[in-house]
Order: sequence, then structure tokens, then C-alpha cells
Amino acid sequence: MSSAVKPVGLGFVLLAVLKREISLGMRQKGEVLTPLMFFAVVASLFPLGVGAESNLLLRMAPGVLWVSALLAAMLSLQRMFAMDHADGSLEQMVLSPTPLGLLVLAKALAHFLLSGLPLVLMAPILGLQFGLDGRGLAILMLTLLLGTPTLSLIGSIGAALTLGVRGAGVLLSLLILPLYIPVLIFGAGAVEADAAGLGIGGHLSLLAALLVLSLFFTPLATSAALRISLE
Amino acid sequence: MKLRDIHWFKFAAPQNFYYLAGRMWPWFAALAAVLTLIGLWISFFVAPVDAQQGQGYRIIFVHVPASQMSMFIYLVMAGWAGFGLAFKTRLSGMMASALAPTGALFAFLSLVTGAFWGKPMWGAWWVWDARLTSELILLFLYLGFLALQASIDDPRRADKACAVLALVGAVNVPIIYFSVKWWNTLHQGASVSMKGASMATPMLMGMLVMVVAFWMYTITITLLRVRSIILDRERHTEWVKHAVAQH
Repeated sequence: MSSAVKPVGLGFVLLAVLKREISLGMRQKGEVLTPLMFFAVVASLFPLGVGAESNLLLRMAPGVLWVSALLAAMLSLQRMFAMDHADGSLEQMVLSPTPLGLLVLAKALAHFLLSGLPLVLMAPILGLQFGLDGRGLAILMLTLLLGTPTLSLIGSIGAALTLGVRGAGVLLSLLILPLYIPVLIFGAGAVEADAAGLGIGGHLSLLAALLVLSLFFTPLATSAALRISLE
Repeated sequence: MKLRDIHWFKFAAPQNFYYLAGRMWPWFAALAAVLTLIGLWISFFVAPVDAQQGQGYRIIFVHVPASQMSMFIYLVMAGWAGFGLAFKTRLSGMMASALAPTGALFAFLSLVTGAFWGKPMWGAWWVWDARLTSELILLFLYLGFLALQASIDDPRRADKACAVLALVGAVNVPIIYFSVKWWNTLHQGASVSMKGASMATPMLMGMLVMVVAFWMYTITITLLRVRSIILDRERHTEWVKHAVAQH
């Protein structure tokens, strides 16, 4: 055996994992589409619950849409590692020479593309139901675009911690929702601030800062959690 | 004696710590009892009636120490958690899980006493103010920690998983602290600062004594709880059988 193993570029690995996750997701369309329907249903429940007064709905819109999006994004979190855990491929990933953090990053990115991005695209339709105008819708989409990747990243920690644990679904929400609060505050806050005629630069900067922070720290935490879960 | 001759990790062994904790807790318990009595006496009989808030302000003698302890315990817990992950000491995880229920209790106590104070002062049991909300989030973080601990059967794995969660959650504690500055809110600004307190001296004294009393209580209860955890986790070892047989 004279031929040395050719080192694989990190970018190549990232793309390969991303491609694999997305093709797996596309084969189980139900699991990708269900959170989207959940988003639509939850958002539609609010007017039924609080009444259809248009001023009230308009004021509630950013918060309601953000909370619904947050819950919908959380629904699919368990998928991130559970199947790979069940068929053993997760162990191979942990053992592979590629840094685990990078694989986690790719998986979180895939989760964003499959659950966060569709939410961003769907939000304006629901926003219209709440009477948001064009500018409000654009800002809502922008904040969701900045915020949902953070949700996928933070969520990966919870998904890794609750791997193979009793009642993982409910536990995951208890662990992760409190950590989602800053994203919710600044995401919904930006839309509200703009509606009140205030600048949204601060909110967007803070959302971006949260994204950068979680891009750096969550792969570390998630890798540690995965290693603990697989011990 | 050279530095390397000291057994730095002697008390990291649960067995050694069990006996050390057994000798320490009565002292802390006595201090806690005495200080609580002094603190309560000052807060009820010595501290004057507040010019604006009347008698109602006296709840702060419990409220302020409880909120402080709830935040501080989370940091200590995260510290133990990080230490345990770094050095793989079993005791660290036990300390973290011994601290968590007390932290949760203080967070809850802080919210309840805050509500009692808020009703006469603000006219509402609950206000969605930044500090109240962050205290509530802190309570949720504690509950998440306890729930994760309860749902993993293997205690070593539970300790490590909770350690990661505690460290992640610790990021939230500074946000709690700075939230007063971030959001302009209803909650009155901090009355005690490094520059000097905006309170009468007996009031301040009462509060400080109560703070120390809460510290002592926390140490006592944590030591007692960690002793139970040690016995539970090490129940298959010889020394535990020996120690239990002695009682």
C-alpha cells in the first residue's frame, strides 16, 4: 500500500455533507413540509384567539410571526442528528479525521436551508394576513433571514444534548426556547421599531452579532455534546 | 513544602470531600442561622420606614439577596461544570447538580417577592420589564438543567451533558445583568453601586447581612446535598458501606 490517502479539503467535506443532508431532506418531503404547515396553522390561530381587529393584529404581527417561526424551526431540530444516530453514521462522523465542528456547521446550515429559508419565504404571505405593508414585510423577511440561521445553530446544541434521551422532543423545547429569546426580541423588535418610525440598524446589528457569535461557539458546544451523547 | 507536593486534588475525590463537607456544614449552618436572625431583626426593627415606599419596601431584604444568589449560583454552577469538563473530576458534576435546585429556588423566590413588592409599588403583580423577564428566563434555564439531569439515567453522562448546557446558559447571565442598561424600563435602577448607596445605613446593613446569610444558607444546603449525591453515586463502594454502617 504505497499510495497515501489523499487529504480531503474542508470545503469539499462541507459541500458533501450539505448535499447529503439536503438530498435526504428532499426524500422525506413530509418532514420538511410539516413545520411549514405548522407555521401557517399557528400563525392563523392567533387572530381566531384574540379577535380580528385589524389594528390589534397589525401590532401583534411581528411578535406572532416570529414566535410561530421559532416554534416551527424547533419542530424539525430533532431530525438533525437522530437518524444518523440511529443508523450509526453519526459515530463515523465523530471518528472521521474531519473536525466535528465543521460537520456540525454543515448540518446546521442544511437545517437552515430546509427549515429556516422556507419560513423566510413563507412569512410575507402570513404577514399579509396580519395587514403588514410592503416595508414591514421586507423587514420581517430580513430579520428572519438573519435570525433563523442562529436558531438552527443554537438548536443544534439542544438536538445533540437530547440525543437518545427519554422524551427528547419536549425536553429539547425546554432547553432551547429560553436561549432563543434574544433572537426573538431583536427580530420582532426590528419590525416593531420600524413601524414606530425608529431606526432598525441597532436591531439588525445585534441579530448579526448573535449570528456571528453562534457561528463561532455553537459548533464547539454541539461537538462536545455529541461526543458526550455517543460515549 | 514545594508547590508540587501539595495534593491539589485531594478533596476532588468524593470520599475525601464527603468527610470534609460533613465537618464543614454545621459551621455554615450556625452562621446562616445567626446571620438570618440578625438580618431579620435589623430589617424589621432597626431599618426606618422608607419615605416613598412605606413599609412595603422591607421585602427587599429577601428579594435582593435572593435575586443576587440566583444569578451568582448559576455562574458558580457553570464554573463547576467547566471545571468538570476540563479536568474530568467527578465531584464537579456533583457540585453543579447540588447547586441547581437551590438556584432554581432563589430564582423563584426572587420572582415571588418581586411580585409582592410590585403590587403595592407599581400596582401590578407582574410587569414585563427587562429584569423581571431575565429572572424568569434564568428560572427556565435552571428548570432546563434539572429536566436534562432527570432524563439521563447514566449520572456521568448526565453531569457532562448538563455541564455543556450550564456553560451555554451562562452566556445568558451577563445579558441579565446588563439588561438594565440595554432596555430602558420600568424597573428602578440599582440602588447599591460602587460609588455609594442611595439608601439609609441601617437599610444597607440589613441587606448586606441578609446577603451574607443567604450565602451561608446556600453553602450549607449545597454541602448537605452533595453529601447525599456522593452517597447515592458511590453506594457500591466499600467506604460508603462502611460510612453508612457507622451511623
